[in-house]
Amino acid sequence: MESRSHAGVVESTLPKHQLLDERGAVTEDDLLSPYTQDITVDDLQHLYRSMTKARRVDEEGTSLQRQGQLVLWVPLKGQEAAQIGSTWPTRPTDRLYPSYREHAVAFERGVEPSELMRYFRGHTAGGWDPEKHNLNLYTVVLGSQAPHAVGYAMGTALDRKAAEDAGTPLETEPEAVVAYFGDGASTEGEVHESMVFAASYDAPVLFFIQNNQWAISVPFATQSRVPLATRAAGYGFEGLRVDGNDILAVVAATRYALAKIRRGEGPVLIEAETYRMGAHTTADDPTKYRKREEEDQWGLLDPIERLKEHLRTAHGVADSFFETVAQENDDLARRMRADVLAMTPPEFVDRFEHVYAEPHALVAAERAEYLEYQAGFEDASDVHGTAAEGVGA
Amino acid sequence: MSQVFMLPDVGEGLTEADILAWKVSKGDTVSVNQVLVEIETAKSVVELPSPYEGTVQELLVQEGDTVDVGTPIIAVSSGEDEPAGGTDPGYTGTVPQNGLAAGSSPEAPGAPQETSADSSEGQPLVGSGPKADPVRRRRRTRAGAPAAEDAAPGQTASTPAEAHAGDEAEHRHGWAGKLSRTGLGGAAVDLAERAGRIRERGGSLLRTLEEGVGEQTAVPRRPTLAKPPVRKAAKEMGIDLADVRATGDGGHVTKRDLLAHASGAGAAGQPSGGRASAGPQVSDERVERLKVKGVRKATAQNMVKSAFTAPHVSIFVEVDATRTMEFVKRLKQSPRMEGIKISPLLIVAKAVIWAAERNPDVNATWADTEIVVKRFMNLGIAAATPRGLLVPNIKDAQDLSLRELAGALQELTQTARAGRTQPADMQGGTLSITNIGVLGADTGTPIINPGESAIVAFGAIKQKPWVVDGEVVPRWITTLSGSFDHRVVDGELAARFMSDVARIVEEPALLLE
Repeated sequence: MESRSHAGVVESTLPKHQLLDERGAVTEDDLLSPYTQDITVDDLQHLYRSMTKARRVDEEGTSLQRQGQLVLWVPLKGQEAAQIGSTWPTRPTDRLYPSYREHAVAFERGVEPSELMRYFRGHTAGGWDPEKHNLNLYTVVLGSQAPHAVGYAMGTALDRKAAEDAGTPLETEPEAVVAYFGDGASTEGEVHESMVFAASYDAPVLFFIQNNQWAISVPFATQSRVPLATRAAGYGFEGLRVDGNDILAVVAATRYALAKIRRGEGPVLIEAETYRMGAHTTADDPTKYRKREEEDQWGLLDPIERLKEHLRTAHGVADSFFETVAQENDDLARRMRADVLAMTPPEFVDRFEHVYAEPHALVAAERAEYLEYQAGFEDASDVHGTAAEGVGA
Repeated sequence: MSQVFMLPDVGEGLTEADILAWKVSKGDTVSVNQVLVEIETAKSVVELPSPYEGTVQELLVQEGDTVDVGTPIIAVSSGEDEPAGGTDPGYTGTVPQNGLAAGSSPEAPGAPQETSADSSEGQPLVGSGPKADPVRRRRRTRAGAPAAEDAAPGQTASTPAEAHAGDEAEHRHGWAGKLSRTGLGGAAVDLAERAGRIRERGGSLLRTLEEGVGEQTAVPRRPTLAKPPVRKAAKEMGIDLADVRATGDGGHVTKRDLLAHASGAGAAGQPSGGRASAGPQVSDERVERLKVKGVRKATAQNMVKSAFTAPHVSIFVEVDATRTMEFVKRLKQSPRMEGIKISPLLIVAKAVIWAAERNPDVNATWADTEIVVKRFMNLGIAAATPRGLLVPNIKDAQDLSLRELAGALQELTQTARAGRTQPADMQGGTLSITNIGVLGADTGTPIINPGESAIVAFGAIKQKPWVVDGEVVPRWITTLSGSFDHRVVDGELAARFMSDVARIVEEPALLLE
């Protein structure tokens, strides 16, 4: 779906890369085809598993929210290929900076679905250990993850240079950093500034945009007259447009970009053109601003169906595989539901443990004072003292 | 054992929802995530999936009810402790009665959630909804508890302050009493308790505050509390805020109060203070009480706003529409119009556009210090839809050919009837038509759509005796009426405009001019 033509528009000449067409048949692309030659059926099956798992967890998330068990849920349906396709080619040493919809990214990085749910239940302000998964925490105030990612990327480059200057060059391969954001956040000033800095300092960062066509209720045509990938040229680095519902194209483009970044050639931008099939969040009603016809049209481009068709026709994968995966996903959703229902809110007193890394006299005194205060009530249970936190927006 | 599902906050910070349609009924077997009910919140229409597996024992709220977040809406038997093989769909009665009562009875004691949430799975109602997570004060132990200092010695069951609070809740229609009866329970009693303490210490200010709201004659009135937009609206409507019954927090006059007052509802001498929702729920089968919400509410607000800000003047023209009827008939047979619905409304729409081009000042907005005359016509068409009256408009109707206008009219009405009218379709209207004739009405004095200065009502077309060239002959006659904002449009201009509309209806060929 191209942006609406505008009298003053300068048409973009960037091609949209695709390796799997709408019917799941392989197409050739001069730039990207070489980057998928080594992908095996096992790899494709892994990608299929990851994508369907994310979608199943996503459905359960919406249900749990509707049942009053989560404060909020942010559906990702439709963006599975863009997320899995961009995370799978990264290395564990590559740091990722998500926004708040990157559930598939988080699962691919080993975050347990229930860990993530704890955040949306309002029981934690984080959810996972960023160092363990090399995945930064979700960003709710969108846009700020871009300067964070660029700053981190600049830091890794500086570390490398400092080690070199000291005569002890690092032997590890250069890291790359991925900043995830969407068409909406692309409009924010700090994203622009990040791109300027990234270019100025050759930061090893991939700006991965999931253009899901809607910034809450603002259509993409309002955000930009041209594909966002076009903007990269203005900063002096490469921008690629890919079919974001084509898992192979996303994997190939990401591999291409990461290789370039690791060679020290600076940032790359990928715009994965995809579609948010569901609501912006569970607090949103898309029927108020977009038409069913549009949703139906994108429904035909479902990334999961496309990969499934490819697995069937090009690789002869049997129905039993898809049935098994569906069963595994249902089991996972059931376990996750049980985990979520069993979650209890954190105790307020735990807060004192997180003020300083080491014991601290003042904090200890305040903790004791708090406990004494709490002990002064007739009713011992402190249900409301541990009110929900997190998910501020 | 019953598992009770309480209405969750499905948005962020929502307090209530309307029950639209139940998808299950008593006795149905439900599975986890099966859709139970469709609800509408201030933000969206959503389906609630079942958190439980089992048999529906009871639907605890009815379709059409507006219920607070945290209200038990359905009871589902867990099936675990039912005798093997026996699936008794009957309601076992283990749903706590106070849970049931909370939705319907004003006498329900406060804080029903605490008692109804006996099932561990039903308990957590996470969310930012204020009702889901009520604030309440916990009681301190006797030793050194600051609250006890105010209590009279020897009182153990209740402090005088609490007794006072209870007294208030039961016998006075004060704000605290009302609050406690709307389900905030503990919080309200706590507020009343605090209020009582302050009063005992001689807090005369608070006394004035409470009594000023409750008994308006005894104490000199303090200035009415209202937010600036409400004050502005009141000023524009020529209403003294002191006359308006206040239902907002802390005795604030809300916009709703103002509108209620303007529409006459405020005159129903109820004691003031307290919340509108705590109003009488007297069971009276001779009247039906319909909740005001959605499109009805928006229509009411718009109409009151228009009726009380724009001085309306109405003009009627009776006109011979025989040639319009013939023209419509010819158009219907024209191959160029194939597949497009043609009706006399099309000619009237065209006539209104034509007449507005000749009298541009009717296509305008009053903006206090200036009159904004539009050089374009976004022609509004009042449409009865499943959700109520909507006035979507045809953008830049002045640029459309007869065929394009017919197509636009058809799409507009189809979209409206299907309930798919988008908010943007209703914004930016400049002049409207209401087709009351299709309902058999002859004429009327329509109310102008806010932001516009004119509206034309198109009455029924009927065969009547008419004098043509000195002879009485049967002709197709209709009445066109128009209402105008007299601040913008004087009687003369209104008459010119209406007679121009009538000229086209009488002789559509003039469109070729």
